[in-house]
This record gives sequence, C-alpha cells and structure tokens, in this order.
Amino acid sequence: MKRILLTLVVIALYILHQDIWNWRTPYPLIFGFIPIGLFYHACFVVASSLVMWMLVTYAWPSHLEEEIEGSDRKEEGGR
Amino acid sequence: MIPAIVVLIYLAVVVYIGIFAFRKATGREKAEDYFLASRSLGPFVFLLSLFGTNMTAFAILGSSGHAFSNGIVTFGLMATSSALIIPLTIFLCGTRIWALGKKYGFMTPVQMFRDRWECGNIGTVIFAVQAALLLPYIIIGVMGGGTTLNVISGGLVPYWFGGAIVALVVMSYVFFGGMRGTAWVNTFQTILFLVFGAIAVVVIGTGMGGFQNAVNGLLSSPATAPLLTRERISPYYFFSYTFIPLSAIAFPHIAIFCLTARKMAQFKKTVIFYPLCIMAIWLPCVFLGVMANRVQDVPAIRAKVEARRVLATQGKTLAPEQRDELREQSAGDDTLLLLLQRFAPLWLAGLLGAGIMAAVMASDSQILALSTMFTEDIFAFYGGKRRFGESVQVQTGRIFVIILTLVAYAVALRAPETIFELAIQYAFSGYAALSPLIIAALFWRGSTKWGALASTVWTALAVIAVAIFQATVPAPAPGPATVCATIGGIEVLTRTPGGTAIFGFMPVVPMVIISALLMFFVSLLTRKPQAATIEKYFSKPST
Repeated sequence: MKRILLTLVVIALYILHQDIWNWRTPYPLIFGFIPIGLFYHACFVVASSLVMWMLVTYAWPSHLEEEIEGSDRKEEGGR
Repeated sequence: MIPAIVVLIYLAVVVYIGIFAFRKATGREKAEDYFLASRSLGPFVFLLSLFGTNMTAFAILGSSGHAFSNGIVTFGLMATSSALIIPLTIFLCGTRIWALGKKYGFMTPVQMFRDRWECGNIGTVIFAVQAALLLPYIIIGVMGGGTTLNVISGGLVPYWFGGAIVALVVMSYVFFGGMRGTAWVNTFQTILFLVFGAIAVVVIGTGMGGFQNAVNGLLSSPATAPLLTRERISPYYFFSYTFIPLSAIAFPHIAIFCLTARKMAQFKKTVIFYPLCIMAIWLPCVFLGVMANRVQDVPAIRAKVEARRVLATQGKTLAPEQRDELREQSAGDDTLLLLLQRFAPLWLAGLLGAGIMAAVMASDSQILALSTMFTEDIFAFYGGKRRFGESVQVQTGRIFVIILTLVAYAVALRAPETIFELAIQYAFSGYAALSPLIIAALFWRGSTKWGALASTVWTALAVIAVAIFQATVPAPAPGPATVCATIGGIEVLTRTPGGTAIFGFMPVVPMVIISALLMFFVSLLTRKPQAATIEKYFSKPST
C-alpha cells in the first residue's frame, strides 16, 4: 500500500510538471519581479525534494544495504 | 585582463588539487583506486561531486543562452524535469548499481551488462555506442572553456587557446588524480559556483537598477514580453523534454560515480538535496539569461538581439546559410559572461568567471569514465590486464586520458553548433534511449542480451538518422516548421528551427519508447541467461 501511494505521488508530481495553465501569462509577478511560470517551477523543485525525502524515508531499499554491509562485517571478522 | 588572470590562478589551484589527490592515494597502482577512489567517497564529497559532474557548460552557459533566446521556459524545460527524474533514477537505479558493484566488483556498466546477460561481444557493441555518444559531451567542456576564457579576457585569449588551456588543465588533474582528484575538484568547483552564483545575481541585479525595473521593461515591449511566459515553446516540446533526464543514469560517468560511495546511506542526502542544488544553479542562470535582453548598452548583446530580430522578420526570404549565420550571431552562450563584464568589478568578474569555469570543466568525469571503460571493458576484458598486470592497466588509462582530450580539443575547434544544440541532439537523446538497458538489467528478470543489442543498435541508428536529417534539411526561419512527411494529413516528420519533431515531439520521445519496446519484445523472443545468473541479481533477501 505504501509503495502504491508513493508511486501515485511521483506520477502526480510528473503530471504537475506540465502546468499548461501558466503557459501564456507572466502574471501575477511574485515579489514584483518573478513571473508566475518561473515561481511555479521553483516551488516544483522544492516539492520534488520533499518527495525524494519521502522515498528515502519510506521506501529505502534497506535489504541491499544490509546484504552488503553484512558481508563486509563478515569479511572484517574473518581477518 | 585581471579577470582572466584570476581564472588562470583558479586553474592552477585545480591542478594542484588533482596532484595532491595523486599524492594522497595509498595504492595508486590499483585500478580500483585510480578509477573509483577505492569506493571510499564520503557523503559530502559524493553529493557535491555527483552533482558537479552533471553541471557542465551546457547547464551554465547553455541554459542562460537558451533563456536569453526563449525566456523563462528554459527552467521548467531542463531544470525542473531534471530535479524530479535524476534523483528518482539515482534512488531507483543508482543504489542498485552501487550494491552490485560492491558485491561483484563491477567498475563499469558494461561489466555489469556482460555478467547480467552473459554476453561478451554485445558488451563491446554497447561500449562502442556509449563511447561515441560520450565524446560530444566532453567536447562541450572544451568549447565552453574556450568561450569563457575568450569573453572573460575581453578577446585577448583566443577561443582556440582558451580551449587548449582548459583541455590541458582537465587532462592534468584527471591524469594524476584519477577519480579521487576528479571528485575533489568537482566538490571544490560546485561550492565555488554555488557561492559565486548567488553573488552574481545580487551584483547584476543591482547593476541593472533592480530586477523589478528590468522585468517591467521586458513586459513593455511586444518583442520581449513573451520571454516571461512559455509561449515560444510548444507544450509537446515541453513534455518531450522530460525524457531527456533519463539520460543521466545511462551516462557511464554517472553510473560509475554511483560506485564510488563508501556506504549506500550516502545516496540519501544526494537524492534529497539534488533538486535543491539544481535550483541553486539553474534559477540564477535562467533568470539572468532572460534579463540580459534588457541590457542594450552592451554592443555584443545588442548585436544578438538584432540578429534575432532580423531572423524573425526576414528569415523566410534568406538563404539557409544566411539563417545559420544569424542563428550563430544570436546564440547567447556567452550572455552570462557579458553580463559579468558589464556589471561586476574586475576582480569579482574574475572570481565569478572562475565559478563559471568550474561548471564548464565538468567534462573531467566524462574523460575519466571513458578511460575507465576503455581499460576495463576493452583492455582488461580482452586479456590486457592478465598479460601485463594492473599497473600497466592504470598507465593505459592515463594514456587514454591524454589521447581522448586531444581528440576532443581537435573536434571542438571545428564544431559549428552552439554548445546547447550539440549536447542535446546527440549525447542526451542517445543516452536517454539507452536507459531501458539499465532499467531492464536491474528490474526485469526476463531481459536478454539480444534485447539489449536491439536497443543499442536502434539508439545508434536513430542518432545517426537525426544527424543526417538535420544536415540534409536546412532549419527553417522562426515560425512554421518545414513538414517533410505526413500521414492522412497528420504531420509526422518536421524540421523545426531548433531541430526535428516527430508527431510534434522531440526525437527523444520515439527513441526512448522504441528502445524500450525493442528491449521488451526481443527479450520475450530470445533465450534468457542461465537461472543461476538471474538469481545473482534477483535473489530474495534472506530474512
């Protein structure tokens, strides 16, 4: 369930990248000088970072990590 | 000349870092130490150097140049699609590549493919295509170096000499420092650019009398107001661009870099902070590129704007050669540097120029990756390591670095395209089309070597076909594209002012989709690797 939700979040973010509603207008100008299309995508980057945090926190492939670090420990123990 | 001297001092520091890394190396005749820094990079160096490796002249000079001509769309087009796709592929594929490399000792993607699909010569074909596609990316670095030094020195350092200096510096620290030197230099360079990029925004913004004035000025003119929207680019083109960042994980230098982390946990910070690092570099470059259209008191910028105007108003009546000439005149690859010259004091322009030079010189990782691939996938695979030993293998890698740099320099002197076009049309699209190989190798038990071969050959043919098409059909003037093929009234193949469109999409879209389909269907029809080999890659974790 957790994986499905995370996959849906990533797909939703990908769809949100195609913001055709901001296509032909620079308004409103955020802080008086940043066109909305540029500001939207700056926010998109922050959202991407948050989604990456979610992936790392809730879907980290820890089995790979444990397997490698376990064999590293075995090697060190054998020496 | 002062800024050029500051940049030259910076280049000397960079060479010193490379040589220092060489001295620090404990087992410097070991291939794993020279090519992978003994898989020992810590989290800070891993994040900044992996990011720095992806930030080339294309990102800095190409992005501001593209924004100068096309407006704010450049940020969404290239930066934000990368901010989602690149960390996602590092999370999904990079961690697995690291684990497999650590477990089985792989040093290149081709080594993994050969083992995963039980193939020898098909691995060599993949190597050849990867190497051919990587070369343009290396050339970008040399071209960017030539452009940067030429502009910073006010024309005193000619393009050919600037390119030669950059090529020599990169060659030196890669030759001596290998992966450790390259990673340290990349870390230093990324910090430099992040710091001075922020200063550049403040200095140029103040010099222009504030960005609010500049934006209002742009909005007041019908010629420049569209630069603050995305109407110069079609939504199809914008969507197509999201396929380009798939190239990142298929680039051998990125895959090889994934093998250098000491622990898998080091990927965590990289994945989370990668989007923010992209924003920190691309947002100022794009914004300043757009704002440059207001700086009409710089003759070089005025000439670019004028060339763009002539191309838009009279382009249809001009010969293709004249259009190409105007396109070259209007190209904005040096826009950022011209802004620095205009608004920054001399010493600061030098420091900022060094910051830009830092990003421009990211071709070091590609040079080292090609050298690693040559020595591992060809020299060692065909018996060189067994016959001559590991020390000779490392020396061969170093000689390869020299030869490769010289070739890249020679091509850079003759390459007619702008930095941006050269990168996109060949290297990025080609590597994006190779991404199904990595994904299939890591996630699909049913993939086979014949599926991999089909995808690879398709990629090579598609890149060649696009290059021939664009060389044969001249680019039209800005406005409607030249329609070359239709089916039932639907435009199938068109030559656009910026390249090629297939059903309105960039060629990268059909290239990736067909590559994935070939991998799938050809694999379904051909024999799988032995069960024991598949189990190596897909065994369930023991509980």
